[in-house]
Amino acid sequence: MSVYILSFVLFLVGLYGVITRRNLIKIVISLSIMEFSIFMILVLVGYIDNGLAPIVDPASGGQIYVDPLPQAMVLTAIVIGLATTSMLMAIAIRLYRKYKTFDIRELKNLRG
Amino acid sequence: MELTISIILGFMIIGAIYALHAKDLLSAVIAMGIVGYGLVICFLLLKAPDLAIVQIVVETITLVIMVAVVLDSTRKEVEIKLDRRTIINILTGFVVFAGLFYFFILAIQNLDPLGAHSLRMSEAYVEGAVEKTGSVNLVTGVLFDFRAYDTLGEAVILYTAALGVLTLLRIKGKK
Repeated sequence: MSVYILSFVLFLVGLYGVITRRNLIKIVISLSIMEFSIFMILVLVGYIDNGLAPIVDPASGGQIYVDPLPQAMVLTAIVIGLATTSMLMAIAIRLYRKYKTFDIRELKNLRG
Repeated sequence: MELTISIILGFMIIGAIYALHAKDLLSAVIAMGIVGYGLVICFLLLKAPDLAIVQIVVETITLVIMVAVVLDSTRKEVEIKLDRRTIINILTGFVVFAGLFYFFILAIQNLDPLGAHSLRMSEAYVEGAVEKTGSVNLVTGVLFDFRAYDTLGEAVILYTAALGVLTLLRIKGKK
């Protein structure tokens, strides 16, 4: 169980960053860290002791393979994570060029 | 196995905490690399080679993008003064963390312990998958045959994000 708890601690570190940091880059970093911890938990759920990587060798039968379903899900999620991170970085660099700072409290025009 | 992964996760947590507190944005970005590449090692230990390959590529691209952004703007961290609002934010955060942690502990009681996972739902994806999909790699079989529409959606998202980044970086902002 300790691995699940440590992964969740990693998630909480990311959440702490999102809540308390004021720098846009650090907020993006925290979001990535949260993403990574979720991938970790999902892959841990699918692990089977003494299981092989889910690549079937047709010559030898009757082996145990780890669960391929969470791995396929996480593969999709990793690629989408890249898309969101690059999008966030593009927004951050636009905001920097306009306001000359990454401080989210200085972005006054966004206030309603 | 559990001990090895715990140690790597401990390093990842230290790297994450350093990334959040570094005074230099460039070192923060590099410290995020510790978390990403630590994840690659964990994936390899957990018998997920496809994930390790994809994660190492994605992590490298992310680092390159972030280093480019940091070098193009500023490396200085925003100075944080511990005023009342910040302290209230941090305290509220810790209360929320305690609550979340409590419910997480409740939730993982229902999970199988590490390594004793039973193939309940994914039995349909594993049974005779080689004959059904013609792919010896079960992950590829799930991604490109059973859940091909998922992968199509993923490709659409990637394409949309690329278009979005292009649009964001091309337009001229209002002064």
